[in-house]
Amino acid sequence: MAVISYIEAVTQALDEEMSRDQNVFVMGEDVGKRGGVFQATKGLYEKYGENRVIDTPLAESAIAGVGIGAAMYGMRPVAEMQFSDFMLPAANQIISEAAKTRYRSNNEWTVPITIRAPFGGGVHGGLYHSQSMEAIFANVPGLKIVIPSTPYDVKGLLKASIRDNDPVIFFEHKRAYRLIKGEVPEDDYVLPLGKADIKREGRDVTVITYGLMVHDVLQAAEKLEKEGISVHLLDLRTVYPLDKDAIIEAARKTGKVLLMTEDNKEGSVISEVAAIIAENCLFDLDAPIRRLAAPDVPAMPYAHPLEQAFMVKPEQVEKEIRDLAEF
Amino acid sequence: MSVEKMAMPQLGESVTEGTISQWLVAAGDSVNKYDPIAEVTSDKVNAEIPSTFSGVIKELLADEGDTLPVGKPICSIEIEGAQSVVRKPEPSTADGQAADNHSDHDTSMKKRYSPAVLRLAQEHQLDLEKITGSGKYGRITRKDVEGYLAHIPTQAAEKAVTRKAAADHLSMAAQLETAEPAVNRTTAPQNEAGDHIVALTGVRRAIASNLLRSKHEIPHAWTMIEVDVTNLVNYRNQLKNNFLKKEGHKLTYLPFFIKAIVAALKEYPRINSTWAGDRIIEKGSVNISLAVAAEDALYVPVIKHADEQSIKGLALSVDELAAKVRENRLSPEDMQGGTFTVNNTGSFGSIQSQPIINYPQAAILSIESIVKRPVVINNMIAIRDMVNLCMSIDHRVLDGLITGKFLARIKGLLESINSENTPIY
Repeated sequence: MAVISYIEAVTQALDEEMSRDQNVFVMGEDVGKRGGVFQATKGLYEKYGENRVIDTPLAESAIAGVGIGAAMYGMRPVAEMQFSDFMLPAANQIISEAAKTRYRSNNEWTVPITIRAPFGGGVHGGLYHSQSMEAIFANVPGLKIVIPSTPYDVKGLLKASIRDNDPVIFFEHKRAYRLIKGEVPEDDYVLPLGKADIKREGRDVTVITYGLMVHDVLQAAEKLEKEGISVHLLDLRTVYPLDKDAIIEAARKTGKVLLMTEDNKEGSVISEVAAIIAENCLFDLDAPIRRLAAPDVPAMPYAHPLEQAFMVKPEQVEKEIRDLAEF
Repeated sequence: MSVEKMAMPQLGESVTEGTISQWLVAAGDSVNKYDPIAEVTSDKVNAEIPSTFSGVIKELLADEGDTLPVGKPICSIEIEGAQSVVRKPEPSTADGQAADNHSDHDTSMKKRYSPAVLRLAQEHQLDLEKITGSGKYGRITRKDVEGYLAHIPTQAAEKAVTRKAAADHLSMAAQLETAEPAVNRTTAPQNEAGDHIVALTGVRRAIASNLLRSKHEIPHAWTMIEVDVTNLVNYRNQLKNNFLKKEGHKLTYLPFFIKAIVAALKEYPRINSTWAGDRIIEKGSVNISLAVAAEDALYVPVIKHADEQSIKGLALSVDELAAKVRENRLSPEDMQGGTFTVNNTGSFGSIQSQPIINYPQAAILSIESIVKRPVVINNMIAIRDMVNLCMSIDHRVLDGLITGKFLARIKGLLESINSENTPIY
């Protein structure tokens, strides 16, 4: 099996889906000739031509709107938001149109669009290139929000998103693009949407997170294993709608739960995870549910020390898990 | 003079490594700040790396073609005239505070049970006192309980099965079997916000343990009779003003009742007894324990040798004991030796009660309020002063028949009271 990077898995999934289904096409800012600012669509323009790899104006509302219209007419658009930070002009299209069309038309119309967007910080990107946007969309029934953590998950979940008959927002952590590498089968496979994945079996502390943080936890878990602390890690993969059964099972497993997100703490995806656990697992809990997240300040700072202060750091992850284990 | 290291810079937002395609300097070269020292490529950009310092290149730490992660040193530069500034990382205030909080928090967590621990303890009927906590500040963790259960698997399983059987069949034997340990394994209710916590006084603790013991050990049975005390009421009304003038304290109904009860006890000594496991002991003395309520406690001082006292003497004893309770002057001797308890529940308006036996006595009798009621006498309705006498008995010692006879005797004595047969002195 080939070891490829997270972003190469994105490209591979797009390529395979475009060759499999003539209705799949890609659109976004600089996705064509340039191959995308992160090179996610590299080579697709050359292979599939300008009719299926479309460079758009700098107008996110139009990217989403055109994609939604095309999807309603039976196409399978994959719309790229260059940075998730720029998605908000498209929020009306996504929330009020894409998410609600099936409901409003009593199943007569569906919107099988996939909206890809790089998100996340720690890349020296400052205010407009570092945000986590998932919480804004994570209470809109009708949407699915996928955030993969490994190249294997990227390929399987992106293909599943493109084939899904309803709108999916597919957030890719931009720091993971070239940092995370992993084995990815060359053949065609899909992973189920809405299903969390146990990335590590453990007995002492349950950690539930998603995206790049999965790797921080895996690293911390390796270290803590030597101290005799065994970490159970659940990767949400789909942050909306949440895989409640998996969350409840994972929380019950150890009764000590650490929830992590790179997003601001209050009202984040993990806040909902905490509520699910509180509603279902009271008599299995052996410690208060803990959350490790970014502070509630407006944005990721540009200056390196401040950016570091904002980000959840590996030492913190280790400390939180250790504290819970010792509790 | 100091040596600084140049690190692989971040060449783009998603870039985490860079490849040195060409060195533009060699060891020994002098460079100025911002002079390009190497060309670096990533899959996004090609760029020249500017020097961060002015000085002499000391050593190149990577070869051309090497791929290094962002932040990894690529070369060292000797800087002239500069002191090597070693920055000591200051402990951040946040960490300092955390450390302080830690020591503040050093109270025992031994008895702070998590929901998971409480549930497991309840399911397996565990005494958490017996488990050693491995958590912070001695807290018992879920794993501690699970470990404890794993250690005593057969015992725990057997226990669980018996409990279940008991619950399923509700058989008398099973209930009795579980009744005893229930005392110990009761877990204290948790208080909620807004609740007021009342610390236990020694007296309250003693009351609780005595009553609990009595209720758990003694199989209580209960009965009640109705007594027409119109004669008593009339008789006492005749006497009371003179009595107060002469004796200096009130003449209540209570001494009359005690007098009748004591007389009946003398006739039925089995009532005046105690259960002693393998035998019953009929007590030689008749010492009447008298329940006296204080503001937030109940005392049961004893009228010794009540059978040797007149109504006036009993009135005096009652008065004295009541005064001692009020003034908190009761001595341990005042509380000892009771053989039968009388409880004047009528004093606070009760018309019926189910008293708990004063352990280890065999019976307790409560005198309820005297109330005027229409009753049928000789097929005519009359208004009479009526009182209920309620009695709890230790069914191991006493049965319904003897209790009925005893109460009937008291009833007979009370209903026939008059100035002829009931002298005060």
